[in-house]
Amino acid sequence: MKFTSSTAVIALMAAAMPFAAQAEIRLGASVSATGPAAFLGDPEAKTIEMMVEEINASGGINGEQIALTLYDDGGDPNKARTFATRLVEDDEVVAIIGGSTTGTTMSILDVAQEEGIPFISLAGAISIIDPVREYVFKTPHTDRMACEKIFADMQARDISRIGLISGTDGFGASMQAECKEVAGDSGIEIVADETYGPQDADMTPQLTRIRNTGDVQAVLNAGFGQGPAIVTRNYAQLGFEIPLYQSHGVASNAFIDLVGAEAAEGVRLPGTALLIADQLSEDDPQYQVTTDYTALYRAKYSDEPSTFAGYAHDAVLLMADAIARAGSTDPDDIRDALEATSGFVGTTGTYTFSPEDHLGLDLSAFRMLEINDGDWTQLD
Amino acid sequence: MDALLQFIFSGMTVGAVYALVALGFTIIYNASDVVNFAQGEFVMLGGMITVFTYMAGVPLPLAAVLAIVATAAVGVALNKLAIEPARGAPVVSLIIITIGASILIRGAAQLIFDKQLHRFPAFSGDAPLRVMGATILPQSLWVIGGAILVFVGLWLFFTRTLTGKAVLATANNRVAAQLVGINTNWVMTLSFGLSAAIGAFAGVLVTPITLVSYDIGVGLALKGFAGAMLGGMGNPKGALVGGLLLGLLEAMTAGYLSSQYKDAVAFIVILAVLFVMPHGLFGSKSVERV
Repeated sequence: MKFTSSTAVIALMAAAMPFAAQAEIRLGASVSATGPAAFLGDPEAKTIEMMVEEINASGGINGEQIALTLYDDGGDPNKARTFATRLVEDDEVVAIIGGSTTGTTMSILDVAQEEGIPFISLAGAISIIDPVREYVFKTPHTDRMACEKIFADMQARDISRIGLISGTDGFGASMQAECKEVAGDSGIEIVADETYGPQDADMTPQLTRIRNTGDVQAVLNAGFGQGPAIVTRNYAQLGFEIPLYQSHGVASNAFIDLVGAEAAEGVRLPGTALLIADQLSEDDPQYQVTTDYTALYRAKYSDEPSTFAGYAHDAVLLMADAIARAGSTDPDDIRDALEATSGFVGTTGTYTFSPEDHLGLDLSAFRMLEINDGDWTQLD
Repeated sequence: MDALLQFIFSGMTVGAVYALVALGFTIIYNASDVVNFAQGEFVMLGGMITVFTYMAGVPLPLAAVLAIVATAAVGVALNKLAIEPARGAPVVSLIIITIGASILIRGAAQLIFDKQLHRFPAFSGDAPLRVMGATILPQSLWVIGGAILVFVGLWLFFTRTLTGKAVLATANNRVAAQLVGINTNWVMTLSFGLSAAIGAFAGVLVTPITLVSYDIGVGLALKGFAGAMLGGMGNPKGALVGGLLLGLLEAMTAGYLSSQYKDAVAFIVILAVLFVMPHGLFGSKSVERV
């Protein structure tokens, strides 16, 4: 499926402003707007379209309009590869944004690396930017950073023995592996390690096993989708008295709605500033960008932007910023400018790229949040 | 000890969900030997339509009834538009048609509703009931009760009513059924409508526990199908026992062995049972006339 609304917008604007610059910047995107990763890709696609329209409406980049070509890969890595190739060869784009999942990202980054086209991924895995690939950048935190952030909070509370319960889907499995890897360094011992299928209806057996493991001081649930919602509800049902930590995968208001305020009470998770845009003080560096974006998204789609949508927002603006500073539409110039990005404030955090770091975020980008009375409270 | 009871409660909850889905397979299978792979989509529609009418301000009981009626209509439409025109086709073709229908319904639901997860409140609140240190949610009792209710209803339908016997006769021999004056087209329409209604009823009951989104149908249909096969396809008693057994197997494996092997163990047991009893625990031998 090809979205042409922004092309239509450009056509209209070209007609309305005959003296506007004729050149255009071809931007490509492939996200998983449908299929199993639709909850990631759908808000991402909406955000990419909206931000491109927004940039074009305010005069484009250096007076040049962006022509967006957006494909829906349906979460299928093979399709993502086909679309990435088509973006480079047929649509002749100068930069690519997308790859909602780690799988699709891996397909796109091969093409981007081979053809020398700068690519900003929207997926979580650390393997995307480690080792650093010349043309590949990404906006979301890695799963490992989420683990480290959670473990830091646990340590501050003298928690050292925890139970881990993870979904067997891609996200859950990846985070489970990363958490187990960094647990030792953070002084955390994982004494129980349980899993559940992504569509399971009841996790009380796994949670009972964790509870019956001696001296567990907290439980961490790695996963997204319905699993964490059911885990949280089962957790309340079983009457656990130790804290429950969730991952950034469920950092959204929809999660509280699904679980219900009562069962969600006291759940802690690492989230981005976007989630608490309404609560940020005005001198917070991310106040302006999160407030603007939330207002824009609400007005256009009458819905709250998700954390994942925020990744896409940051990717579009980072790319636009790099193109503006490059002063050219040559992919290599854009790549160099992107790598030189410093102190760029996005909804996810403040990005500073370098030749060694193509993620550019640190742990401070995550904010530890706790659910109280059906709303988020910032802990640090 | 309280752990064992907790595993049993979990198994009963999950098993009752599987049993409700498995029961939905029964009628269509009995009427036509077709395994309706769109059954999971009926469950999804039941949940989704209830969620959206409830969010629109309709009281929950009315929303549930609306969802069941609307889904039954979808079932009837499926029969009229896809199954009936292909009447002469072999059973395998009809099964493939139901797979196609399930993909269509899933796609349509994604467009008409949305791609998010939803839930509506449990019927009797979320306060868990405590029994000897283990807990169970009131909604689980609703699901278990619903499964038993549907089972009793189906059992009475197939053994005590003329219509139920007409359904069985249609499956047995369509031509002979027509000769004795059974309107087989009507029987097919009825069985699709009823199956869809049972599916939607299941969706209404399980949504507060399992949550609902446009794509839950496949997973539920697969587990329900496995439960039905274990118990014996077409037999309401088999569907109930098979579904509950499957849920208990999963819970016990997750509780005592390892949650990693939960699904594997359940399916190994099913394979073993089918190896010894190819027609399931309660299935009757089908005899092919020459």
